[in-house]
Parts: sequence; C-alpha cells; structure tokens
Amino acid sequence: MTAPSLGKDLLGLEPLTAEQIRLILDTAEPFKEVSERAIKKVPALRGKTIVNLFFEASTRTRISFEFAEKRLSADTVNVAASGSSVQKGENLVDTARNLEAMRIDMVVMRHPSSGAAKFLAERIPSNVINGGDGTHEHPTQALLDMLTVRDRLNRIEGLKVCICGDILHSRVARSNIWGLLKLGAEVSVCGPQSLMPRGIEQLGVTVFRRIEEAIEWADVLNVLRLQLERMQAGYIPSVREYYRVFGVTLERLEKAPRDLLILHPGPMNRGVEIDSRVADGPHSVILHQVTNGVAVRMAVLYLLAGGQPGLAEAAKGSGREADE
Amino acid sequence: MKPMLIRGGRVVDPSQDHDGVADLLIVDGKIEAQGKKLSAPDGAETIDAKGKVVAPGLVDIHVHLREPGREDAETVASGAMAAAAGGFTSVCAMPNTDPVTDNQAAVGFIVKQGAAAGGARVYPIGATSLGQAGKQLSEFGEMVAAGAVAVSDDGHPIVSSQLMRTALEYARSFGIPVAEHCEDPYLFQGGAMHEGTVSTQLGLKGIPAAAEEIMVARNILLAGLTGGHVHLCHMSTRESVNLIRRGKERGVNVTAEAAPHHFVLTHEACRGYDTNAKMNPPLREPEDVEAVRAGLADGTLDAIATDHAPHHYELKEREFDDAPFGVIGLETALGLGLTQLVDTGVLTLAQLIRCMSSEPARIFHLPAGTLRKGSSADVVVFDPDARWVVDPARFLSKSRNTPFTGWELRGRVERTIVGGVTVFSGAKG
Ligand SMILES: [Zn+2]
Repeated sequence: MTAPSLGKDLLGLEPLTAEQIRLILDTAEPFKEVSERAIKKVPALRGKTIVNLFFEASTRTRISFEFAEKRLSADTVNVAASGSSVQKGENLVDTARNLEAMRIDMVVMRHPSSGAAKFLAERIPSNVINGGDGTHEHPTQALLDMLTVRDRLNRIEGLKVCICGDILHSRVARSNIWGLLKLGAEVSVCGPQSLMPRGIEQLGVTVFRRIEEAIEWADVLNVLRLQLERMQAGYIPSVREYYRVFGVTLERLEKAPRDLLILHPGPMNRGVEIDSRVADGPHSVILHQVTNGVAVRMAVLYLLAGGQPGLAEAAKGSGREADE
Repeated sequence: MKPMLIRGGRVVDPSQDHDGVADLLIVDGKIEAQGKKLSAPDGAETIDAKGKVVAPGLVDIHVHLREPGREDAETVASGAMAAAAGGFTSVCAMPNTDPVTDNQAAVGFIVKQGAAAGGARVYPIGATSLGQAGKQLSEFGEMVAAGAVAVSDDGHPIVSSQLMRTALEYARSFGIPVAEHCEDPYLFQGGAMHEGTVSTQLGLKGIPAAAEEIMVARNILLAGLTGGHVHLCHMSTRESVNLIRRGKERGVNVTAEAAPHHFVLTHEACRGYDTNAKMNPPLREPEDVEAVRAGLADGTLDAIATDHAPHHYELKEREFDDAPFGVIGLETALGLGLTQLVDTGVLTLAQLIRCMSSEPARIFHLPAGTLRKGSSADVVVFDPDARWVVDPARFLSKSRNTPFTGWELRGRVERTIVGGVTVFSGAKG
C-alpha cells in the first residue's frame, strides 16, 4: 500500500480525499511544537525557493505563510501586486512563464479571480499552493480551522459546524464546507439570504435564516468577516442592522444549550459580525487559529515538497541542526 | 461559368417540402432543374452525390466577423471561408466591430469585403443605436440602402424601453427586424457564468436566468405594442422559450434563434474554469437545454444561429473572470445539429435543414434557403455518414475558441456552392 500524498499542488479541499486532509492535519501536529522553541527553525526545506505571489493585499495570510516557509528553512521572496509587473498589465500566463524560468520550487498565490490557482498550476512545474482564489477556495484557512476544532474538541466527525455571514463571497466558507463534510461533520450556513449563494444546499449543508436557530443547533460557529463593500454594493442595508440581526453576540450565545466554540478567520469587524465580548471571551479560539495557521502551512509545504508523513517528526529534528 | 449537375443525392429542400433522391442542375448560377435522370448540358461539371445530402446552403443570421477592429481574431474573408467550410452560403455579420458598424459607409465596407471574400455571402447588420451606446437611433434607412438586412446592438442590450420601442416602430418603415440581445444589465453585472450550483461551487459570479427573461418579456411586449418585428438572439432559458411561445400564440411579431452550444452544453462545462465554456448568454441547466431543443422542435425557436464569436487565443488564455465571452461555431454547427438533434430524435433531418436555411432566410428576408427553380444556386453537399473529430487546428476560422475540441461529430461538408461557384471543397467523395 502506498502512503497517501497530496500530489503536485494544493488548490482546494474539494479535490482532496478525507485521507489526504487527515494527512495534512496529522502532519501539522509535530510542526506545532517547532513554533514553541527558542530557535524556531528546522531544515526540512533548505535549498528550496518559494515565491509568495499576492495579487491581493493580505497581511495575515502572507505573514503566516512566510513564517511557515522560514521555519522550514526555505528561501522566500514576496511579490506583492502593487508596484510589480502585475499592475503594469502583465498577465498571469507571463507571470507563470517568468516563475518557471527562474526555477522556483513552490508558489503560494493569492489572487482575486476564482480558478487562478488552478490556472497557474496547470502551466508551471512548480508546486502551487492556493492562498485564496477569488470566492472559490482558501484551503489552508479551512485546514487551520479544522485543526483548531480538532485540538479543542478532539474530533471533527459528528460535530455540528455553522458558518455564519457572507457565504456568497466567501472562499473560506467553501473550503470549510468541503473539508468538514469530508471529515464527517454536519455543516450548516447562516446569513442574510442576499448573501447566500444559489443552490448551496446541494453541497450538503443546511441553511439557517436566523442566527438564533444556528446557535441553538451548533457545536462550532465559524464567523466570517463582513466586507464593508457588500453594504456599498447593496447586498445589505446597513452594518448596524447586520449586527442587530446576524451578529454573534454574548446575549445570543448565553441562550445556547451548550458551550460553543467560536472561530473567526480574521481580521474581525468588532461590533459588526462579532461582539467584542465574544471575540475576547472564553469561547473564542481565534488566536489559537492564528498559531495553528503556521503549523498547517508548514505541513502543506513539507508534504508538497515530497516530505514523508511519518518523517515529519524526524524532520523537525532536535532543533540543533538549525542552530549553526 | 460552367453548368453543374449534382447527381443522385438525397435532395432535402424544406422550402418546397422536398426530401428524396434527385439530380440538381445549376445553370448560370441559378437552380435550373431538379428531377430524376437529368442530362448534363455540354461542358457541365458533374458531381456524384450518391449517399450524400444536397440541401440549400445554410444560413447563419448571427456571426461576429471582427472586421474592422479585431482582424487578428477574424476577418470578413476568413469568416466567410469558415462559413463555407461549415456549409453556410449566407451569414449576417453583427455590427459590434471597432468602429461600430452604425452608418452607411461602414455597412458598405462589410458588403465590399464580403464580395471580395469568395466564401459565403456576407450580409451586414447595422447597429440599432449610434455606437451601440443605446442613446440615439442610427440611420436605418441609409444602412438598409447600403445593404444592411437588420439592426442590432448585439453584445449590448438596449436598456431604454423607450429607445427599443422607437427602434421597433422605425424599423417597420424598412421592413427589417430589430435583433436584440436580451439582458438586464443590472442583474447581469459582473457575471461570468450561469447562476446555479456550479457557479456556487466555482465561486464565480452568476448570471441569473431572469436577466435574460426579463428582457425577453419586455421585448415581446414592445413588439406587441408597436407591431414591429423583434428577433430575439441566442435564447438560452426555459422561461424565455415559454415567453416566446405565448407571444407567438398571441400573434406578436416575434422570432427567435438558438445557438448550438445552448442545445448541447450545460453549465457543467464551466467546471475546471474552461474559458471556452464562457459565453453570453451563459451555458444553463439541463432543463434549459431540453427547453431549447423542444423550442426548435415545435417552431417556437425559428432558427439555429451560431453566434460565432472568435477571440484571439491569448484573450481566452486567462483567468475565467477576465476572459471574454464567446465561442466560434461556424465549422461545428452542422455536425452538432446532426449528432445532437437529429440522432437524438429531436428534429428530423429536414427540420434541421429548415432551422439552418429556409427559416433564418425567411426571418431576415434573405434571398436564400431554397432550391426552387430560378433561385440563386446556393447549395451544400454533405456526407451525412462521415464521422470526424473536431480539431481546431484545421479550422478555416482564424480563431480556435471552441468547447468542442475532440468531439466526434457526424456529417462532413463536401462542397459548398455559392451562386453556382464552388467556394469550398472538402474531402473528395
Ligand atoms: Zn449577443
């Protein structure tokens, strides 16, 4: 029997099997500890070159990837859209050809167009990691969300997870739906109907119209950021009303029949989708998510670079190797 | 010009309700006779058409030939040759060129380029509004005098109901249809594919069926109000078909067309972000495909038109959001019709030929689509049994943007004759 592998790229969770998702989560476990060391570095990706290609601003995701890469001893280059050839109208095909010519080993890409990661992956031999493509997928975010839930509740299977907010425009929601369903969770979504994509039920999720119902049902709430431009585009009348009708508030959580775990992919709009008292309260695992983000990304990079799952423990070594 | 005798083919001419083995004699560029055992005049070219179908040359009332403006994607000449290779003898060129074909001189330019092309006949369609800006009518009379057969702002909907009303009224003076691209721009805004489960999964902004249907309903109502002839382009949804059916029952002067991709493919083709599955209107759901097929079968949809929309390859070699809408269709339409409509029992061969020749000719008042004695000898001869695999590298079109690469189709065009002259000759029979 061959050990599971991820293949060349990580484009989303939809194409992965449950086994592959578990492989990533399990591989992330030993890497968590690396970040706790004084010298947070292992040599697993020494000599590999990685480009972080960000066509959209995202400080959090980029920094998380960069830490993951550096802690694996890779050489990294950040390319941001502003000031690069990208803004001068260079298209993605040319960008891909240039990357190929520079013999880059891996590319992490964030791009505003759905399907952009697949587009790039089909055109270059390097490993491509989707750091978020349009409103399609954001697989590493969903992986870190699942790792966090697993850390806290010791399982994914059988849990009830509700994703709340702007589902229509959310790549985080889509990746979470695929990943959670594959690992055996029950998944629901909740938000204004004007921000609910058509036919979402056919993915296998339940739709709640009222946040109170979602809270009553769920073990875990994953609260999405409400982009303020949605209001300008007329999807919702006001932020004030959004908070009043859909906000995850302490009062609402207090009525829940059980303790809920509250996740948020960040950055938060306090007082819009989430009450500050909830974000900073005991149910919130938001900072745990951030920590896990680095470990999950290390696992993905390590596996795509050909690292053997069982060896992740060994790869992190004693830490001494990196001391030189 | 040598006379031509096409011998022993199955002559299918829906304009005369004829379907049977016969000879066809062409003299001086016109149909001279049809019958059994015709004798060849002196010096005639004799074509053995045994086992072949001999039909009126096909007519496509909706093509984009990109000249002037995007000659890298297509020219009138390359488009006319691609049409001939697909069995078409007449095509109508949409005016969304650069600059827009919205005046007498621009229409005259298309006529001139078409005459020089040596392929299918090319009939220009003039823009409904100046610059297709939807503000002010262009000069229908001058354009008709220069050779325009219809007006259309295709590519853009006419948003103002008042302008649409006026266009329909004014077009009556010249006996031409107003061909309309039905799309509510507010519902459409930023959409990349049909709004449904696939767009939800792919994270692409959807275009709801209602964006088309609202304008279909409006245009039928305005045609009813004015008595003008509205022709609805590329109908793609079940409710559009229903609306047209009801409009026709009420006696409204409405005609409509369907594109091959809309009776063959569904939104599933967009999976994998294949930009060759990106068109406007978008590929819809299986129920819509069924409704379009049923609409062609019962005559609600009058004609098949390809909406041939060439794009230079680099424009399609992009992220789905950024790629332009449209696919080419001239060289695959007949094969798709035979394989997807006739072989599936939706249409008879005669009905397919009708939808691709006499009906479109009737709607746009073109002297085409018939083998009646005395009419211009525009004829297609095809081998209905020959199977071939779609290979875009072999297209005569300058563009390659087809979603049908690798498909096996039935029916190969062997000869296309325009005015008694062979303009395309395929595999030797
Ligand atoms: Zn159109």
